[in-house]
Amino acid sequence: MPSNYFEIVEDPIDTKDIIQKVEDRNAGAITTFIGTVREMTGEKRTIYLEYQAYKPMAEKMLEQIGQEINDRWPGTHVAITHRIGSLAIADIAVVIAVSSPNRKPAYEANEYAIERIKQIVPIWKKEQWEDGAAWIGDQLENVSYPTGKPETNGGDHND
Amino acid sequence: MIKVLLFAQLQEEAQTDVIEIDFQEGTVTELKKILQSQFDFSQLSESMFAINEAYALEHDVVKSGDTVAVIPPVSGG
Repeated sequence: MPSNYFEIVEDPIDTKDIIQKVEDRNAGAITTFIGTVREMTGEKRTIYLEYQAYKPMAEKMLEQIGQEINDRWPGTHVAITHRIGSLAIADIAVVIAVSSPNRKPAYEANEYAIERIKQIVPIWKKEQWEDGAAWIGDQLENVSYPTGKPETNGGDHND
Repeated sequence: MIKVLLFAQLQEEAQTDVIEIDFQEGTVTELKKILQSQFDFSQLSESMFAINEAYALEHDVVKSGDTVAVIPPVSGG
């Protein structure tokens, strides 16, 4: 699988490019997840976000997620691109495209991908709010990892 | 000598993204103690470690020449 199916980029993501990577004559479905920068989180207003990555490892982990998906849902194609740097409200942070012969695996695998990104991919987000800034920890609230490290062998994700 | 990469909050606390430590061979736990004694990190206990871009456990061994990344809780997506 070419490594450019799993990329960390600094420029805006063109969703169409990511979808094109998974197009296939035998695909009956392509699902796309687009993660965007939200302005309001409860009462807090975000001004912008700063994403940082450990790029070589992050790309490896994205590729591993693709492999996990191929193992669990045979016949799927996966492409994931995550943007880093400074992102404004409504900018696209991540695009995940999954194609499969039938629609259900495309939906399931796509959700699996975003959950795994939040578990194992070394990317961090700094929220710049109206009244301050903070690096955001684990959104799944798994502040400590029960097994001592993130489950990187395709273990079950949290629902 | 090992290279230690820092990210997010840890990077700001150390005011650098990479530090070099004279470390011949030892476990992640041993390295963690050295880091904690040299820097006032707030998130070290909940951070994961990676040796040469692969997640490592506390008892895994770090050797001179390795690149170690200290990975605070991630938040991609």
